[in-house]
Amino acid sequence: MMKFRFRRQGTDPQREKIKQELFAFNKTVEHGFPHQPSALAYDPELQLMAIGTKAGAVKVYGAPGVEFTGLHQDTTAVIQIHFLPGQGRLLSLLDDNTIHLWELTTTAPRQVGGVKRDGGVILQEVGSYSLPGRPGIESCSTTRVTVLLLLRSCDLLCIGTEGGGVFFLDLLNLTLNDSQTLLQDQVTQSLPEDYRCGKSLGPVESLQEHPRQAGKMLIGYSRGLVVLWDLSSRQTDQLFLGKQQLESLVWESSGNLFVSSHSDGGYSVWAVADGSSNTQQPVSSTIPYGPFPCKAINKILWRTTETGSPVLLYSGGMPRASYGDRHCLTIQQDKDHVTLDFTSRVIDFFTVHNVEQHKEFDDPSALVVLLEEELVVIDLQTPGWPSMPTPYLAPLHSSAITCSCHITSVPPKLWERLVSAGKAQQGHEHTSRSWPICGGKNLAPPPKQQELLLTGHEDGTVRFWDASGIALTPLYKLSTANVFHTDCDPCDEPRDPSDDPDMQQEEEWPPFKKVGCFDPYSDDPRLGIQKISLCKYSNKLLVAGTAGQVIVLGLSDECSDHTVDVSVVDLLQDREGFTWKGHDRLEPRLKPAPFPPGFQPQVLVQCMPPASVTAVALHAEWNLIAFGTSHGFGLFDYHRRNAVLARCTLHPNDSLAMEGPLSRVKSLKKSLRQSFRRIRKSRVSGKKRTITTPTSKVQEANAALAEHEEMAPIQRRIEPRSADDSLSGVVRCLCFADTFLRDGTHHGPTLWAGTNSGSVYAYALEVPGVGSGRGAERGVAGETAPCVEAVLGKEIQLMHRAPVVSISVLDGRAKPLPDPYEASQDLSIAPDMSNPHSVLIASEEQLKVFSLPKVSAKTKFKLTAHEGCRVRKVALVSFSSTAQEDYNEYTLVCLTNMGDMHLFNIPGLRPQVRYDCIRKEDISGIASCVFTRNGQGFYLISPSEYERFSLSAKVFTEPLCSVTLERLSRPTLASDGMTAPPQANGTHKNQTGQAEGRAEETPSSLSSPLSDTPLDSPLSCADVTLESTGELTVEDVRDFLTTVDEEENNLKNIQEEEGRPAGILIN
Amino acid sequence: MILAAVLQFVTQTERRMSRQLQQQISFKALDGVVEVKSKFEAEYRRFAFKRNCPGGFQEFYTLLQTIHRIPEVDMLLGYADDHGDLLPINNDDNFNKAISSANPLLRIIITRKEDEPVGFGTNSLQRHKKGLGLTGLRNAGSLSSHSKSKIGLMIGRPQNFRQISSIIDVDILPETHRRVRLHKHGTHKPLGFYIRDGASMRVTPYGVEKVPGVYISRLVRGGLAESTGLLGVNDEILEVNGIDVTGKSLDQVTDMMVANSHNLIVTVKPANQRNNVMHRGSKNTGNSGSFGSNGSTGSALSHDSTGPASQSTPITASNSIVEGDSDEENDDDDDDDDDDDDGDLILESDCLMFYQNHNNMNFTSERLGNTPVVRNLQQSVSMPEYMAANLRAHQNGHQSQTA
Repeated sequence: MMKFRFRRQGTDPQREKIKQELFAFNKTVEHGFPHQPSALAYDPELQLMAIGTKAGAVKVYGAPGVEFTGLHQDTTAVIQIHFLPGQGRLLSLLDDNTIHLWELTTTAPRQVGGVKRDGGVILQEVGSYSLPGRPGIESCSTTRVTVLLLLRSCDLLCIGTEGGGVFFLDLLNLTLNDSQTLLQDQVTQSLPEDYRCGKSLGPVESLQEHPRQAGKMLIGYSRGLVVLWDLSSRQTDQLFLGKQQLESLVWESSGNLFVSSHSDGGYSVWAVADGSSNTQQPVSSTIPYGPFPCKAINKILWRTTETGSPVLLYSGGMPRASYGDRHCLTIQQDKDHVTLDFTSRVIDFFTVHNVEQHKEFDDPSALVVLLEEELVVIDLQTPGWPSMPTPYLAPLHSSAITCSCHITSVPPKLWERLVSAGKAQQGHEHTSRSWPICGGKNLAPPPKQQELLLTGHEDGTVRFWDASGIALTPLYKLSTANVFHTDCDPCDEPRDPSDDPDMQQEEEWPPFKKVGCFDPYSDDPRLGIQKISLCKYSNKLLVAGTAGQVIVLGLSDECSDHTVDVSVVDLLQDREGFTWKGHDRLEPRLKPAPFPPGFQPQVLVQCMPPASVTAVALHAEWNLIAFGTSHGFGLFDYHRRNAVLARCTLHPNDSLAMEGPLSRVKSLKKSLRQSFRRIRKSRVSGKKRTITTPTSKVQEANAALAEHEEMAPIQRRIEPRSADDSLSGVVRCLCFADTFLRDGTHHGPTLWAGTNSGSVYAYALEVPGVGSGRGAERGVAGETAPCVEAVLGKEIQLMHRAPVVSISVLDGRAKPLPDPYEASQDLSIAPDMSNPHSVLIASEEQLKVFSLPKVSAKTKFKLTAHEGCRVRKVALVSFSSTAQEDYNEYTLVCLTNMGDMHLFNIPGLRPQVRYDCIRKEDISGIASCVFTRNGQGFYLISPSEYERFSLSAKVFTEPLCSVTLERLSRPTLASDGMTAPPQANGTHKNQTGQAEGRAEETPSSLSSPLSDTPLDSPLSCADVTLESTGELTVEDVRDFLTTVDEEENNLKNIQEEEGRPAGILIN
Repeated sequence: MILAAVLQFVTQTERRMSRQLQQQISFKALDGVVEVKSKFEAEYRRFAFKRNCPGGFQEFYTLLQTIHRIPEVDMLLGYADDHGDLLPINNDDNFNKAISSANPLLRIIITRKEDEPVGFGTNSLQRHKKGLGLTGLRNAGSLSSHSKSKIGLMIGRPQNFRQISSIIDVDILPETHRRVRLHKHGTHKPLGFYIRDGASMRVTPYGVEKVPGVYISRLVRGGLAESTGLLGVNDEILEVNGIDVTGKSLDQVTDMMVANSHNLIVTVKPANQRNNVMHRGSKNTGNSGSFGSNGSTGSALSHDSTGPASQSTPITASNSIVEGDSDEENDDDDDDDDDDDDGDLILESDCLMFYQNHNNMNFTSERLGNTPVVRNLQQSVSMPEYMAANLRAHQNGHQSQTA
């Protein structure tokens, strides 16, 4: 063991090897809905769907778990995507007028962290083409591509242009087939004189191939002219002299009819008859939402059914004056007419239907609508056209995410109950039909354990997501709004209104039906969820929000009508001279309310003043919750329903704390969210609800401050933090621990709280029936009914006064203490209570380990002093080795304000590895980061997407899937050395990283991150006499093995779960 | 008051050093024995040892303990130098200095550590004159031309000085650079400067390049930075506590400086290069490598004067010792550790000890001693803010003593 001591950083090859076996950084998968989607395509043969984004990403989805992502080299919006059906190839048209060919290819297996990972299928760009301008006319808009048509033969691409010309591109070698080019002049010549009238036909608006006769296609021009063009003979078969400006065309599957949609909100049905060369009038022409002026029908689909009348689907066409701002899509069949009313813009849609040639009818089974903020799938075979739950692409941001929390290895029982509660929620409003897009095969092994991601939202809901695999699937949604009286009926939970009787009974024309769950508007910003904590063993959930509300919920499988117990805890504690100027507290519902199966509120604690809750901790075994705001913290016994402790942390000079909610960090987060909301609001036009938030005062103050400093715009004052900085009383973290606070022999329940000004308060708790039974010793407890007591034990003021980000207690083996119930129910290895404990306090500037019970500093690392970065998020993570099955190490992971991850061993606090993770400008990304306990993590890369990353060489979740392709020989590219994208490493994340404008990830070397600092820099601050990681010997690990060797899986779970005091990771 | 004292202290130090040179020459002639007369409380001991093998301070310390038969007592050692000043012996260096100043008698005064601190420094022996029986040691008409008018001014122990700034590492830095140490602790003065982004010209193999740099943008009137005169507007900041700031953003540099603000060492490239420290060569070092933090010898220049004086005259390095660098950094670390570990204020509530012996209450618990044992919400223990403030104030005071 001695040989591990006194070793300088980064010089030990053996340690370096262990580090490589433990740590590896990868961005593995993106969860959620792509930000700013701009194109949609579907391959009916492979049953794959592709979505393009404005950032130039192409994402291909199939069955749940099947995902491929590609990224164009330029971050230019993808305008159109077209599949080469069955080939696993697709074409993308970008905003810069280039056409790119992508291919699904199999990659070779690769080495990661010393372990072979199977090669999967990835999406790769294999070629690109850009239509040349006319000779002599550079960058003329005439050759700007408007539409693409891929012929069924898949060898020829027809390109319609702004200038009205149609070009033909040979896909085998990406060369232009010059002889076939059809310029507008040729068409104009065959036009009757009166139609020609000297005007241009306008850009090509639509190209549609004849469904039965190969080589024939419809060419629709903007002015209204539609030409049936025979490719082989290069002649017009028929001219349809439309007068209305054309938007789109669609064939009827027999090829006898086609439908055109127009800018006046009407559509026309045209008959195709052999022989007649000129058709003046359509068979029928309808303006469905007339007679008043209507908006254009952007796209129309006509699908025949075996049962009778065809299904007509079209987007837009709303009466301009009354509903011009709605985002609608109409489904019409016979007398059934539904106007789907979405909350965001319709980007594109398609139907899943029969494509086999011999089938006479289309028989559409599903309609897939890509909206700007979500994907909606409608079951077309069930009467009433219900919507279908999506197994992926969930709109995480249906209400803005305000916090998140991750639960590793969820017990199966809790999982089942959550799933059934979730099913009960959506059972009546969704169809039971299976997901229609099911191409590809998910090769990823089934997750070894269930993982839960909880997101808190601005509208007071908590959403439970299945985060075990590639697809982040919604499980269950909890609303806390019904605990309170809000402006609207408290029972009026935001629910999918598709089955809302009020909506359906409305005698309204058009027959609107609200679809989708994207609802960025919060009824009351005070409902917003700020902190979540879940005890997975006792199924207790603690949720805290913006107006100081703290709710304890229990899981129940039955509906329940009950009142929620309400307690008010005054955190100011008679402190004189403070008046809260922020929002009022929420008014609790005093009458019994119905609560559906799932998590049902039991106790509501309201902090006074009702400032936003900034920290919570839950110890279900002791029936205690702790909560903190910017004014102080409180301890509440939810079993006996009494407040145990309230402590004010305000500094007398702190006036800003009374101005409103949230700390400075929070208000930044908030203002970011508001800016997101502004963006959304501008996009989602129409609803003009104004959102007044109480942060405005703080913002005004900030603005005033900024103005004040504007004389020297980028100046920074160098001053140590003073005791009376504003908002110094904000409670940043809380934690429960069973440890030694009084003396070295008696351990017992303790509560720890850390504030913004570097103060740490440690309370010794007397919990009846817990601890060393000291109450009995004193002979006091016998007199009254036992109740929980709290006694201030220690107060630590960190010299540097930086905000305390996290506190966690380490046991005698320097491992985090287990969660509540884990030790008592033998779910984890019992903590070492025989050796002295220590407490790890992470402030924004320093990491420090103190001994217990006598608090003296053992080790520390001054991150800010050395690196100039501040700690934002901290987690104690268990890393497993790829080489040794049963070797794991606890590591402190720090995310800094520079967006990089620093890993430190504990308790030595020596830097292990550093990885660049998030762009430092991406403040909301950094603020949203949440770690799992086994070395993974999530952060928001857009309001709607979580990036999943892994710091562990062993534990990662990344897509691994295959697609069976019936592909012709790969086209040999005679083209210009268009090579594969730079990284073909299979983690498409890197590529998308660039899409998001993130800095390119430099491969982080595993060598010591600090080894290049000068010797004389005061970096060697870790106490060398302390136990280094080397002390985590093989013997220790073997111990673990002998205790639980029956169940290997359990072993792993338990090790990962072992000993994290509640609240450290909770965001 | 302090200001004047420091000035005097500095001159005194310089004077002593010039003396010392003379003495060194004369010592050669003397025989190799040091006579020691040591005093502890009312007792005197006399002994002698060889000058050329004095051993270290620690040895000497234990020797004294044995001779006085006070092995358990923590003591402070002082000696009377040839001006009659009582100077401390607390490390090998000043021990050697004491030996070398023995002529041949070395007077040692031992005090208990817990006793009221002895005022080391000029004139200190005059106060103790009677007890020591030393008369006339203090020569009012000493060689110094400055100190006459300041007679009667007390200078405390070096520990009692608040060194607030110094120029360090003169010998290892390029002449165009200056490494300045600002000690924030104990003073109520703000550090008092602002930094900004700027462009710096660097000579690279590809010619002169403009690279982003960080500059001092403003000095606050009356702040520490201004009052030392060691930092000026438009000085480029190159390092913060030994860490290169190249490539770091303004915010990062700000954070680093704030994080180090209790003991800030900035390496700057002064905008005004006329006042640069001159290297005086490295041979005239009669002194040891201890400098900087304990401030007992004048290897680092101390400033508490307001700017103009030091700015107008070129600053000369009185010392340059090569091995000082690494020592210095180690010292830094130790200092930091001390600062911080002492710095984190830990309050123990007496309430926790209700089943323990009440005798070992510390001063905190005495203050809080009347607080009743807490049973419920209303009575929960919380220290009133003014008390906390008191404690902090105390803490600060304490720190200024030990730093």
